[in-house]
Amino acid sequence: MSIAARGLWLLGSIGVTALLVLSWQLIANYGGIPPVFLPGPDRAWSALVAGFSGGELAGLTGATVERMIYGWVLASLAGIALGAVIGSSQVAREYVAPMLEIVRPVPVSAFMPVVMAFLGLTGTMVLVVIAIGSIWPVLLATVHGVSSVEPRLVEVSQSLRLSRFKTLWKIALPNAQADILAGMRIGLTVALILAVIGEMLTSENGLGWSILQAARAYRSADLFAGVIVLGVIGLVSNLALQSIERYVLRWKRR
Amino acid sequence: MKVAKALVLPVALLILWEVAMRMSGIQSDSLAPPSQIAVAFYNAMLDGTIPWRTAETLRAALTGLAIGAGCGLIVSILLGLIPPVARLMQFSIEVLRPVPAVALIPVAILTLGFGYAMEVSLVAFATFWPVLIYGHAAITNIEPQLLDVSRVLRLSGLGRVTKIVLPATLPRYFVAFRLATAVSLIVAVTVEIAANPLGIGYELMTASQSLHPDLMFALVLWIGLVGWGLNGALLFAQRRLFGPAGMAEIAR
Repeated sequence: MSIAARGLWLLGSIGVTALLVLSWQLIANYGGIPPVFLPGPDRAWSALVAGFSGGELAGLTGATVERMIYGWVLASLAGIALGAVIGSSQVAREYVAPMLEIVRPVPVSAFMPVVMAFLGLTGTMVLVVIAIGSIWPVLLATVHGVSSVEPRLVEVSQSLRLSRFKTLWKIALPNAQADILAGMRIGLTVALILAVIGEMLTSENGLGWSILQAARAYRSADLFAGVIVLGVIGLVSNLALQSIERYVLRWKRR
Repeated sequence: MKVAKALVLPVALLILWEVAMRMSGIQSDSLAPPSQIAVAFYNAMLDGTIPWRTAETLRAALTGLAIGAGCGLIVSILLGLIPPVARLMQFSIEVLRPVPAVALIPVAILTLGFGYAMEVSLVAFATFWPVLIYGHAAITNIEPQLLDVSRVLRLSGLGRVTKIVLPATLPRYFVAFRLATAVSLIVAVTVEIAANPLGIGYELMTASQSLHPDLMFALVLWIGLVGWGLNGALLFAQRRLFGPAGMAEIAR
């Protein structure tokens, strides 16, 4: 398909989105649904604008994003380090890896009440849960990537008499790069979800808490503005990680 | 041998946990020794708490899954067979998909109140996307010759779907369905923990807040077992139904 045709299709699909927003407006205006439950896009937009210009929305967004990023960075570093250790050692793979598989099917949100019992309804609790929850995709991907090095590369490292650390650094980790980045992308999604739930439960400052408050107070415009911001955070963080992936892995494409 | 090695660490940890709790004599509100957890599990099984709460969670999760996966199936077939529609919907899908289902919890509370309806609709929203995305990918990957055959045979639209498209993509749809099932349980439990007074998630929150660590750990264990069992059953079905063809995992 030519670039012009692709551009036209993109314009068309943006047009469809605009039509959907328009029909949302029409339903809100004439659909007979009380505005307490469904604000039109106009009211959601003005709540959004008011929230960012002088309102508290910017601060709430900052708090949620900060929490999400901190927990995620913590989890990614720990996940890569642990995964490298487990994946590069035969003994650890046989003894430790199966236990990870046992813990994996537990939905990460189920850890929240457990951590709550130790740390109470605090910001630290939310951060710990985010870190625990988003470590899994990174950890398992690293174990897989590090342990699935092509045998010939292992032979190369042996004939070069590389130390175990150097083998890990020069061969196994680069080999795992794609897996690790994919794991980190999933981890970031998990981090956002856990940040929102954590804020809902603990009333810590953030978007999760504020949209729940808005729903309780029947401030539907503020509620939708918050949901839109959360959607944008999800979209932007995913796109950012995708382009980082593409940039870092450019040596793999031939 | 492999199983024995796999069991060494968990068993050792459990024993260490038990011994440490007994030796130190700690009376904790947040930690219980494995023996007490086992007793709490047994009791909660016997008095019906766990079976009852599990039924509530599964009812919400599976209803939501049926709605979400069903809509995902239909929409993905439409998008797959009519490429212009897929191109026109692309932007809307890319914009809506990253909205975390948990962000919609307050919206669901506001419009539907607490109970099954809000949990079911959130599960449906969350399970719709994987089936739509993977199903659409499966249909666009159908052998072009198969679609040519359907044209030569002058099959009607419905005939094309039931005789060519669905049989060709069924293994991949099943994998998508298995993923969606895992998502449905996760979302249901998460909604229960965050807000909805129903199911295992709510029971878990109550156990945590009323300082019953033994029951709390038993429930976490149980949720893991349920997820593991659901996935295992579907994996088994997948192998039996589709053989090697069904094991073609989909790339994330």
